[in-house]
Amino acid sequence: MEWIFANAENIWRLTRDHFALSLPPIVLGLVFSLPLGWLAHRYRWSRGALLTVSGLLYTIPSLPLFVILPVLIGTKILDPINVVIALTLYAVALLLRTVTEAFDSVSPEVRQSSLAVGFSPLQRVTRVELPLALPIVVAGLRVVSASTVSLVSVGSLIGVSSLGDLFTSGFQRDFPTEIMVGIGGTILIAGLLDLLIVLGGRWCTPWMRPARS
Amino acid sequence: MITFDSVTKSFTDGTTAVESLSLEISSRTTTVIVGSSGCGKTTILRMINRMVDATSGTIRIDDEDISTLNPVALRRRIGYVMQNSGLLPHRTVLDNVATVPLLNGDTKKVARQRARELLDTVGLDQALALRYPSQLSGGQQQRVGVARGLAANPNILLMDEPFGAVDPLVRTELQNELQRIQRDLAKTIVFVTHDIEEAFQLGDQVVILREGGHIAQSGSPADIMSAPADDFVASFIGADRAKRTLHTRVLNGRTVVLDEHGTPAGLLKEVPSGGMDLR
Repeated sequence: MEWIFANAENIWRLTRDHFALSLPPIVLGLVFSLPLGWLAHRYRWSRGALLTVSGLLYTIPSLPLFVILPVLIGTKILDPINVVIALTLYAVALLLRTVTEAFDSVSPEVRQSSLAVGFSPLQRVTRVELPLALPIVVAGLRVVSASTVSLVSVGSLIGVSSLGDLFTSGFQRDFPTEIMVGIGGTILIAGLLDLLIVLGGRWCTPWMRPARS
Repeated sequence: MITFDSVTKSFTDGTTAVESLSLEISSRTTTVIVGSSGCGKTTILRMINRMVDATSGTIRIDDEDISTLNPVALRRRIGYVMQNSGLLPHRTVLDNVATVPLLNGDTKKVARQRARELLDTVGLDQALALRYPSQLSGGQQQRVGVARGLAANPNILLMDEPFGAVDPLVRTELQNELQRIQRDLAKTIVFVTHDIEEAFQLGDQVVILREGGHIAQSGSPADIMSAPADDFVASFIGADRAKRTLHTRVLNGRTVVLDEHGTPAGLLKEVPSGGMDLR
């Protein structure tokens, strides 16, 4: 306990860093998955390619990817951007299949009817298919969010600071309290993001709520 | 007037849904296209608003060849009502009805005002306006579907088995309601069904189809009933079934009409010729 109070400032800084590293991959993952997932849903030729590549991508272990990225794209080895890019790739890999299936799930009847009443092709995607795909996308995004928050910790092994620093240092010093604080903080961030996603999802899909009557 | 001139529709898999169809659909009347499933009736309907494009032949609306028109713009000026309503599940009743006016560029306020009027037209309680389609009964959903079809005040209303999925009581109610609306609004309605009773009740003109979109017979219900063109039509309309044959018996000096079971169906009354219009 004393240790926590003594290091409160440092813990708070690491928590903020952790949060700041988690958020962009989740948001970017969503932003990239939506159009790619729609492509995979819409065109047979793209479906196999996109889903296979994204499946393979997720099998690359995170640590080597963090190390290789700077070599591939020419960023500095300690730059947090490496972690953000790597985790965005994972987010897309995880989310792409879900988004594809979410678009697949929109009923043919609703598609026919939106065509019949005169939505243009673009309007059909943005005003009909996308909103109706949202509930499934939100479910997928919750998985991505939890996975991203836990993967951010790995970044501390290549010197990008986050709550993961508490794990490494706790292990080195054989000091369980530090590790527990790191785990607690990670769970807290994951919980907070999950709550935000659930609330945001609910706000975007008012028709899914039970009847007021 | 909607004119089909030697219209053929073949699909890429080689099947021909409609072959060399020629048909005239008069303005401000109800034309019912009736046939068994797979006879091409829905394809015919969908060619009118270019959800399906004809392979050959021309379709004209008031002498305008529709293949020269922008399909999206064309659909926005033709009402469409489908089976199971086809409402957008993520929009309220009011916004569903307002869909086409909004697409046509009306402001939200104007479109919603128009939608509210239409709820009255189709006999829906205003209290339902802010519900979502899943919170309505099947019959209510179909009414919303009809309101949406009428929202942009189209001249033409296409109806694809709109009452096929509701129970018989509600269906009768909806059919009567549609007749009432049609008396007030006089749209050019093209109605597709597999139910010959429905066709005879609603149609000013009835077009009976056989496989491949070939017209077996077309005319007023009375024409078809009194002079079926061939055995196919006769069997389709059930003219050869006992169901349509009524018997009379004189009881207490009055002529009682009996149905196929011998149940009294009503009293026979002579109508002087010209006294009542045959439909």
